[in-house]
Amino acid sequence: MKEIFEILEQNARATPEQISTMVDKPVSEVEKIIRQAEKDAIILKYKTIIDWPKLGEGDIWALIEVRITPQRDVGFDAIAERIYQFPEVYSAYLVSGTYDLAILVKGKNMQEISSFVTEKLAPLERVQSTVTHFLLKRYKENGETFHLPKETNKRLPITP
Amino acid sequence: MLNTKSTTTEAWDSLISQKVDSLPPSGIRKFFDLLSSMEDVISLGIGEPDFVTPWHIREAGTYSLEKGYTMYTSNSGMLELRQELANYLELRYGVSYHPEHEILITVGSSEGLDLAMRAIINPGDEVIIPDPYYVAYPANTILAGGVPISTPTSEENNFVIKATDIEARITKQTKAILIGYPANPTGAVMSKSESSAIAELAKKYNLLVISDEIYARLVYGVEHICFPSLPEMKERTILISGFSKSHAMTGWRIGYVAADRRFIQALTKIHQYTMLCAPTMAQMAAIEALRNGDSEVEKMVQEYNRRRRLMVKRLHEIGLPCFEPKGAFYAFPSIKATGMNSEDFAEKLLIEEKVAVVPGPAFGPCGEGFVRCCYATSLSDIEEALRRMDRFVRKNKLNTK
Repeated sequence: MKEIFEILEQNARATPEQISTMVDKPVSEVEKIIRQAEKDAIILKYKTIIDWPKLGEGDIWALIEVRITPQRDVGFDAIAERIYQFPEVYSAYLVSGTYDLAILVKGKNMQEISSFVTEKLAPLERVQSTVTHFLLKRYKENGETFHLPKETNKRLPITP
Repeated sequence: MLNTKSTTTEAWDSLISQKVDSLPPSGIRKFFDLLSSMEDVISLGIGEPDFVTPWHIREAGTYSLEKGYTMYTSNSGMLELRQELANYLELRYGVSYHPEHEILITVGSSEGLDLAMRAIINPGDEVIIPDPYYVAYPANTILAGGVPISTPTSEENNFVIKATDIEARITKQTKAILIGYPANPTGAVMSKSESSAIAELAKKYNLLVISDEIYARLVYGVEHICFPSLPEMKERTILISGFSKSHAMTGWRIGYVAADRRFIQALTKIHQYTMLCAPTMAQMAAIEALRNGDSEVEKMVQEYNRRRRLMVKRLHEIGLPCFEPKGAFYAFPSIKATGMNSEDFAEKLLIEEKVAVVPGPAFGPCGEGFVRCCYATSLSDIEEALRRMDRFVRKNKLNTK
């Protein structure tokens, strides 16, 4: 079962027929497992990774460290939710260390991100402080590397 | 000084040793020129992994250069590496070798094979080799002054050599049996009972066994039988292996031989006069491969297995029946249904559909009627190649009717 998800994680477009051959299980069983996983939210979504900068679509990204005051009963979760519901927030993590939340924010330009920080994030009641790091270059994301020249096949066409 | 007038082909030929001159060139390279002049070819003719060496191993190689490990090592190879290998062979296959006297680090398993042949063969000694064979087996035997005695294997026996066929070919001159399972080009593996039968013969006729186990880690759903791990076989087996296929390290040229110290001493003698030692950088990388490489090997094996299933199933659907290969990364389908011989099939397929496969006879006469398709290539390439082969087979089946 795990192998089916590993294949889909590598290639969301792999068909049940292809997967069934690769894992040596009947198509119907593969389909059933996938359907069930979608229902149980084990498979959350089928996504495509796009190298936007290549299209000249330069979104600006920032990694923001947020220190917050936890609340009685709900800890960090309630304030985290208030923050991650903003559509500007692309990813959000509770982390150990000198700050509490690490959030990845996306904007059209620097202005958009700074207004998000100054007008929406920083004024929240339980947010003590923020430190904003603008991303300069993406090297690797979700296991995929960027900025590398596409690997050409270095193998000789026929070898013993 | 040579007279310029005498530089005819004949004159030059006489300058080349007869043994080398009579050696046929490797049939595998026949399409090489044709192929390199074409574009958009999908090659299933490659005999190496498509993975790049795992990063942690490459990093260890780079680090060794940075630290200045640029000198010779001992002839036998770094003791640290031999110790790791001794542990590995003991843990994985339960056969123990003394790291100081029973293991030699070589420049790929190819060097190991050459050394083994040269160390044991007297002029005229015969070496029994299953056909189809890896291209270097007969050539190495001949170069060492021996006589290769090829022994046919067939699809009915899953391309595994039968003890009775070996026994029928044993003469006073027979010195050794050379086996390589999992096999290139067939993907065949040898079961415990088949191996034991050969072991019995080796004992009965006092023969050596040279076991090339370079593909040992690439087996699917079966257990690899390490030949020297069979009872009483360690002392009469020369085990040859390396890192090329298991750790995707073909270009590093690093392998090893493990055997009784009498053999290792003899092999080391040749090695010290011809190679001195295996590349130091590659030895450092191999240490890292043995210490921390297992999970990467398993990942690659799992990936090969998916591709293997896909290729074998599609070959059957296309109408090119293929026995199930349980090792290495080759499928060896029969192309007899097309009415063509292997060479015509491969050449036409390349010209018409731009898919390269290797005709079976490149690996010996028993390869006629088969082609070798390597599945160490991306899933999308395998699918596209098989689509093209499907079209090709359908077209050519009609032609023959």
